Amino acid sequence: MRVTVTVNGEERIADDVWEGESLLYVLRERLGLPGAKNACEQGECGSCTVYLDGVPVCACLVAAGQAESRTVVTVEGLASDEGLHPVQQAFVECGAVQCGFCTPGLIVQTHALLAASEGVPSDLEIREALAGNLCRCTGYEKILDAVRQAAGRADG
Amino acid sequence: MREFEYVRAGEVGQAVAMVTADPETSYLAGGTTQLDLMKDGVLAPDRLVDITRLPLGGVTRDGDVLRVGALASMEELAADPTVAERLPFLREALLMGASPQLRNMATIGGNLLQRTRCRYFRDPAVSACNKRRRGTGCAAVQEVARMHAILGASEHCIALHPSDMAVALVALDAVVHLLGAGGSRSVPIREFYLLPGDTPDVENVLRHGELITAVEVPLLPPGARSTYLKVRDRASYEFALTSAAVALRIDGGVIGEARVAMGGVGTVPWRATTTEQMLEGSPPSPEVFAAAAELAITDPYVVPGTAFKVELAKRTVARALRTAATQGGPR
Repeated sequence: MRVTVTVNGEERIADDVWEGESLLYVLRERLGLPGAKNACEQGECGSCTVYLDGVPVCACLVAAGQAESRTVVTVEGLASDEGLHPVQQAFVECGAVQCGFCTPGLIVQTHALLAASEGVPSDLEIREALAGNLCRCTGYEKILDAVRQAAGRADG
Repeated sequence: MREFEYVRAGEVGQAVAMVTADPETSYLAGGTTQLDLMKDGVLAPDRLVDITRLPLGGVTRDGDVLRVGALASMEELAADPTVAERLPFLREALLMGASPQLRNMATIGGNLLQRTRCRYFRDPAVSACNKRRRGTGCAAVQEVARMHAILGASEHCIALHPSDMAVALVALDAVVHLLGAGGSRSVPIREFYLLPGDTPDVENVLRHGELITAVEVPLLPPGARSTYLKVRDRASYEFALTSAAVALRIDGGVIGEARVAMGGVGTVPWRATTTEQMLEGSPPSPEVFAAAAELAITDPYVVPGTAFKVELAKRTVARALRTAATQGGPR
């Protein structure tokens, strides 16, 4: 089947898509966007987090056909011509990247957290917001530092 | 994953007709259970009818009843201002039920129908599973069990109902609205779920092709106190070992109304009716709560790995009652 999706502001077409493919597979293997990562494939690890119609989802559990005519923003869509998004910059500056596999999902989920927050999120709010993003290097302390910094907290 | 056909439904009647006509056709909504189990080979439908674009969403209030469209997401319901004000323990159950990403995807109808996390059910390499194939036995009873049920369970099946949200909805006496090829009907949520008995593969009263269209949730009375307490192996993002959804109306130092349901213990979300009966008319004291919680578990079916849940569940109920009485007030 053919799937037409607006990805990072651009209409993209994928042909010969099999019904059992996920949105994640379409993004990575058919549209050349390898930012979102394929890890657990069960919605548990958050490595594949992308925006679908404005809310973060696990792209591994979205059937390709379900994304038809909808709007997707991936980690590749967050930076601008001026440079990295402040969330990305904070992850770089805080050393919040070890193997890097969980990083794109964490960046998108942190982006969503800060976009939705009225005021500055507490540590508990950050932890709950990122509960579905697993880092198997267990580098959570630096990740929390990065989120605090991106949120503009004095302790960030 | 086995090959299947994907169809996007254009309208509700068409979707119901398509699924009803073919036993190998299933609905697809949020996909967080359906696609997961298809990847694992536990489910293998010939065709999926995607209902996500049908007009079955939205959360609307009509007097003291909240009408929740089956396709409303968990996050949408948790964010609803009426839920925050009049059903705070439902909001807590929703927020503790899944990660933000999954709450954005998972629908209310799908949450009611989510399948058990029993590892033997989810592993097709295990042949003994009465829930997957009736008459094959129950590996969980014979082998290692922990995240399993102790109420409504038997040697045929100890698979746990994993939903948090449904526990609060059972406490609230929500009503599930169904649409089938022959018309619509409404089922109280406690009659919606079926005990496994010797047919654990039949989990609810839905006929093949029948679709959940909405859930009606009666609001708690103004001033009610409620809480959802979820006990788990880690502080967040984990299924319940035990949980309790509790709502109390306290008038003049006496409990006028008590609603108590438990998760993590039943093959279906479990209402603690004898606990409620003891509470109503009693003063809200820790001693009364402890005595009432003792009644919450009767005739459990335990295996070595689940025996701990008997005491844990009672303490969970007692603590939830204390919390609701002291902190669960109107916010």
